[in-house]
Formats: sequence, C-alpha cells, structure tokens
Amino acid sequence: MFGFILKRVAQAIPVILIVITATFFMVRAAPGGPFDEERAVPPEVTKQLNARYNLDAPVWQQYSDYLLNLLRGDFGPSFKFPSRSVDEMIAAGFPITFELSMYAIIFALLIGVVAGVIASLRANTLQDYVPMSAAMVGICLPSFVLGPLLLLSFGIWLDWLPVSGWGYTPGDKILPSITLGSSYAAYIARITRGSMLEVLSQDYIRTARAKGLSTFRIVTVHALRGGITPVISFLGPAMAGLLAGSFVVETIFQIPGLGRFYVQAAFNRDYTMILGCTIFFAVLIIIFNLLSDIVLVWLNPRLRQDSVKRG
Amino acid sequence: MKNIPYLMLCLAAVIFFSACSSDRETPVAIGNEQQILHVGNGDEPSDIDPHITTGVPEFHIQQAVFEGLVSKDPKNLAIVPGVAERWEVSEDGRLYTFYLHPEAKWSNGDDLVAEDFVWSWQRALKPALGNQYAYSLFLIKNAEAFYTGDITDFSEVGVKALDKHLLQVELNSPTPYFLQLLDHHSLYPVHRPTIEKFGSIDARGTPWTRPENFVGNGPFTLKDWVPNQIISVKKNPEYWDAESIKLNEIHFHPVQQSSTEERMFRAGQLHILRQLPTGKIDVYRKEHPEVLRTFLNFATYFYRFNTTKPPLNDVRVRQALAYSIDRHQITEHVTKGGQIPAYALTPPSEFYTPSAKMPYDPEKAKALLAEAGYPNGEGFPKLTILYNTMDEHQKIALVIQQMWKQALNIDVTLENQDWKVFLASQRSMNYEISRASWLGDYYDPNTFLDLMITDGGNNETGWSNARYDELIQLAANASDPTERNRYFDEAESLLVDEVPILPIYTYSWNMAVATSVKEWHNNVMDYWSYKNVYLTSETK
Repeated sequence: MFGFILKRVAQAIPVILIVITATFFMVRAAPGGPFDEERAVPPEVTKQLNARYNLDAPVWQQYSDYLLNLLRGDFGPSFKFPSRSVDEMIAAGFPITFELSMYAIIFALLIGVVAGVIASLRANTLQDYVPMSAAMVGICLPSFVLGPLLLLSFGIWLDWLPVSGWGYTPGDKILPSITLGSSYAAYIARITRGSMLEVLSQDYIRTARAKGLSTFRIVTVHALRGGITPVISFLGPAMAGLLAGSFVVETIFQIPGLGRFYVQAAFNRDYTMILGCTIFFAVLIIIFNLLSDIVLVWLNPRLRQDSVKRG
Repeated sequence: MKNIPYLMLCLAAVIFFSACSSDRETPVAIGNEQQILHVGNGDEPSDIDPHITTGVPEFHIQQAVFEGLVSKDPKNLAIVPGVAERWEVSEDGRLYTFYLHPEAKWSNGDDLVAEDFVWSWQRALKPALGNQYAYSLFLIKNAEAFYTGDITDFSEVGVKALDKHLLQVELNSPTPYFLQLLDHHSLYPVHRPTIEKFGSIDARGTPWTRPENFVGNGPFTLKDWVPNQIISVKKNPEYWDAESIKLNEIHFHPVQQSSTEERMFRAGQLHILRQLPTGKIDVYRKEHPEVLRTFLNFATYFYRFNTTKPPLNDVRVRQALAYSIDRHQITEHVTKGGQIPAYALTPPSEFYTPSAKMPYDPEKAKALLAEAGYPNGEGFPKLTILYNTMDEHQKIALVIQQMWKQALNIDVTLENQDWKVFLASQRSMNYEISRASWLGDYYDPNTFLDLMITDGGNNETGWSNARYDELIQLAANASDPTERNRYFDEAESLLVDEVPILPIYTYSWNMAVATSVKEWHNNVMDYWSYKNVYLTSETK
C-alpha cells in the first residue's frame, strides 16, 4: 500500500509542473494585462507597475523566480488586491469552499444512496421511476437555474431561509449546499441503483435471503458494501469538481469562497492569483483521486492484492 | 405500511424547515432600529488606499472613511466645506488658499494639519507607488515634472503649508473644476505615521488599510473587512462635524451580480440596491415605484470609429453611418431605462449644453455614402462592431446593424470580446467600430472633450484636429466661463462635423432605495454622501 501511494505521488509531480508551466505562459499570452483599465494611464505609470511586480523582466526569468518562490510556499502578491497575498486569500477562501463542498457531498450521498437503494429494490415500479426521473432532472438542471429557483421559493416567497450570506445564521448554509449537491445526488442515485441491481442478483445475496435475513439487513450489511464501490470511485473526482466548481453557487448565494476569487482573478488578469488557485486546485484534485483510490483498494480485497503486486 | 419511510421523511423536512423560523427580523429592519445602513456595492474593493485604487466600489467606501479639502452637496453637487472651512482664489484663478478647520482630526485623535496634505500629495505623486490616478494632480504647478523625475525636490511643487491650518496650492492654469477634483480620492489626505509604520512613503500594498491599523479622516472609520463578504464602517467620533452623522454603521456588501443584489434587496438584506437589473426596471416601475430612483448620469454611451482604416478614414462614410442611427428607437425600445438620446459627446448640464447636433437623416446618409463612392451600399466593405461581452451591448449592436442595413444597405458583423481583451484591442486600434463609454470624472465638459485631443491616451480613434487641440487649450486658459463655454462648443461642433465618435445615449442609473432611508440624494455624478443620512423604522 505504501509503495502504491509513493508511486502515485511521484507520478503527480510532473503533472503539477506541467500545470504550472502551461498556466504561467497561457495567462501571459492572453491579451490584456492586469493593469489595463478603461481609462488609459500614462506610460510611466504602467512602467512603474510592471517594475513593481517583476513584469518587466524577461519571461524566462519571471518563470524561474516564480518557481523559486513557489518552493518556499510563496504564491506572491495579488495584482488586483495590492495589500493581500495569494497565500492569504487562498487561506481565507478555501475553508469556506471546503465546508460548502462537504455539506454538498453529504447531502448528495444521503439523498443519492437512499434513493438509489430504494429504486433498485423496487426496480421498474413507480418507486423506481419517480426518484430516477427526479435524478435525471437533477442532472440536467444547472446550479444557476436551481439556485435562483430555490431562492425564490424558500427565500422570498416562503421566507424561511436567507437569500445570501454565509455563516450569519445556520440557515444560510442550507440552500447553497442543496444547490451544489443536487446534481451530484442525482448522479450518485443513478450509480447506486445500477450497481445495487447488479449486486442484488449475485448468489451471495440469494443465500442471505434464503437464510431469512430481513431486506434491511441484506442491504446494509451485505449488498451496500459492493454496491457502493462505484460511488466511492466517483467521489474523488466529484469532490474535486465540487471544490473547483463552486464558483456559480458562491456567486448566486454571495459566499466568500475561493471559487469566486478564482474566477474573478481570471477576468482581472491577476496572474499570481490565477496561478496560485490553479496549482492549489490541481494538487487538491490529485489528492482526492488518490484518496478515493486508497479507499477503493481498502474496500475491495481483489484490488488490494493487485496493488500489492503492482506496488 | 410500505409508505412509512416516506411519511417520516416528509415529516422530518417539515420540522426542519419550520425550525428555520419564518419570523426572522431582516437585516434592514434591525438596521433601521440601530441606524445601520446596508448597501450593495458591486465588485470586491481591491483596496481602500486612496492613492492606489481606481474603481467606483472602492470610492464609495473611501467617501465614508476619508474627506478631501472640500466636499459636495449630494442634492446639487455644490461645493461645500470639507477639511477646509473656507478658501480664497487669486484673481488669475491660479492660486488657492485653504483655511483648514481647526477641529479637523484623524480618527485616532491626531490633529489634521496642512502639512498632512503636502505629504499626502507627495505620496500620490511618487512614481514607485504606482498610482494610476497620479495625473489628476498634474494641474498643480510642477507636479508632472516631479512625477516624471525632472525635478526631485518636492518643495518646488505648487503646494505649501503656510502654517498649521493654512494650505496654498498653485495651479498651472486657471482650472474652474479644481475644487471639484479635491473631492476625488487621489487628492484625499492619508495619515503619515500610520503609513510610515508599515513602510516607506511609496511602499505599495502595505497592511495599513486593514481595519486594525487603519486611520482616516472621514465621517466614518473602518470597522471590519471580510473579503468578498463585507466591509463595514462605523461612526468616527473624532470627525469635525460628528454631530451631522446620524448613522452608526454602514455595511458595504460586495455583490457582483445585480440579480443577486436584487434578491437581497427584496429579502430585506439591503437598503440600497446599487444597480437594478435591466429586466427588472419595468417591474419596479409598476409595482414598487416608491423605491425606484431613475436619474440621468453625466456619462455617454458612444461608438468609436477607427479613422485610420478605410473606408472609415473618409469623413462622409462616418457621417453617413452617424446620420442613419435613430437614437430614439434605441432608448425607447432597447435600453428602456430612462436613457436619453445623445447627439454630442458631452451630456447636457445646467452650465453647458452643446449646440451642435448629429441629426437623424437617413436620406442625407444615403447621399453621403453615394458621394463617398458606395451608391446604395455597393462595394462597401464588411465592417465589424466590436463590444465587450454583455447582453446590453449586443442588443444595441444588433439594432444598429439593422439600422445600417435598412438605411444604407450595408452589412456589418458583430464581435464580442472579454473585457481585458476588448481594452487591449481598442488601445492598439485593432478594431473598426467599437463600443465605448465615458463617465465624467468631474462635473465639467472638459472631462469629456479632453478625450479627443490628438494622441490623448483615451482618444483611441486616430482622429486629430489642430483647431480642436487649440480650442481645448484656449478653454483651459480662459478664466471667463462664457468664453470658456464658447471654446468648448466650437470644439464639440468639430466632433459633430467630423464624427470620429458616434454618440448614442446619455446614461441613466436605476437604483432602489428602501423608503426607510432618509436624506439619500441622487445626482448625475452618482456621488454618494452619507453625512446626513438616517433610517426610520417604517417598513419599505
């Protein structure tokens, strides 16, 4: 197992280097600079600003300086927010995005697994069709549609929950988590249903039934362990997608998470912030994929053997 | 019995949601009682250092925590005392003497003295600070030379502290709008000991603007700042006119999306909705007229022509394009937010209204195009209208495309670009026709007409006219207002004749202000003043 992890970490290093290099040169190749504003500023001002942020040095030197700073864990100062460093902004925004994503994934798992299991137990009945159609709608409905819909219903018409903010009242975390989690809940429901159907037709389930176990016990003790494996392997990329894709939900609900900083940085040509966030998310995605692989190996004895051999 | 789990689930949901309580008191209701104003404020402010920032959201906060030598009355934009309680102007209009308020203080209790302004303006002019608005001080004698390094001794620059409360400013030329500029953030004073605690005079981006470090001189002072969530300011008891401040706090909410902002307003989270989404204006007009504020802006929406590219280098072609635009159609049926058609660059105002007008005359347009060698649009090359990605701009471009097709039988294509790409294309003249706008920096025609001088940084059309440059210069040196207006008017007619730009409409602003907000005044400069504002407990 340890060898397996080590190997995966070693594979990740060149990937991250490629991400850094590609992003570094791509942001600089994009037309428009960080200090371009609607009002033209005298050329001397631009010169001063470029000097201040090392943008007047040759590009290869900027690149090597950046890598050196990165080794020290320094993402540099933000161009758009002069008194803030990229490290500081990631440290401020990420915990919020992470919290939101965790709620979303918990919501998705609760709803998705329960709906998927029920649907698989009552395959091809109304209790299958209704949740599965709902799941299809959930997958198709983008968060920028679902978010405002939920806000209008629960925030404005019913006036049960606040329409914006994060952390002012416990209630303000509900709608964003549901909005962000719902399409994942839908995916999970469909994945669970499919794999549960497969597991439920296995011999050992029939044996369990023959022994007279209750459906509840068969599902929770015997079937779910096998049925949930595809969900686990889906969780790694899903978690990464949630974190990196929370921007829309953060904007709709006015949440000060990292997603908003990231997208704003791209529009502002805030080079250091774009790079910092990209690297940060790249590392996260790699970590979550690795984690889900580890859990998978741990859950599935056959893979464990494999990884020992390969590792 | 099978349905029991479902029933349980439904029951749980009901209990859960009702626990979220429906009789919450809204922030607006609480704010009304505690005199806390909630304002929607657009983008997250980049900083609040007045010598570094460039944006409007930043300025709204700076207006609360700083004060210039003078201030403006939000009702009519008249100049009223700020840090200076009175001032004198020499006969030639070049020498200003300001008498600072003896009670003027910084928010930490330090005295605010004339020397503070001298030091602050020196800081604003330090090149290494990277102040993008440094040029707004260039009308002070020798300020530009100091900025470019031609002189290094700041005592040669035309700003002097004659004694503790006496400040003298010498200008290059009589500048009637100088007093107005004093209220611009680039001329605000900053607290020297605080800045020097964190770095040198020209250190950029030090943490002096953090709430725990901040010292300002405005009616409010910084209380809290959570990026992308809130900036709050609280009443500054050291302010010289603290009696006229009725609010205890202002909370600025950085809300980028106007649809989010509108929902927050409806849910009672905001008193002030800074920008109503275009689609909602009609709804508010019908259903909530008591909160809707529609007012004209000192700003123009126009198109630039790249006059260096054929066929746009032919003035007749530009005239033909201009004369075939029916602006009423655009303001009545497309923008629909109280905008008015613009026939010249400078918006009309009580002190100056351009006499020249770019007419709507499709017949004349057709004749001009034929004269230029394209009868009935034959052989006219396919031009492109460039605009920054936004629905509103696209709608207008589509209508103009139609109008040109109908009147002149020519085809144009539309191209949209992301904001920064768009700026770069415009700056490098890599366009044919481009959408543009200009918001006046100060309430004077010069802020518009100065755009089009030869090689001006914001000209961006390649157009040049020696007489025009001369007129702008003459106006700059004129001390008689009537004479000055005459120069401006002649310059404006040159623009209308030669059409390097195509004015389309004068902007209007649509805001919603809760009825509990009192003494909130709107004006053409969208200038905000919080001094006398107060909240009543009546609901909106």
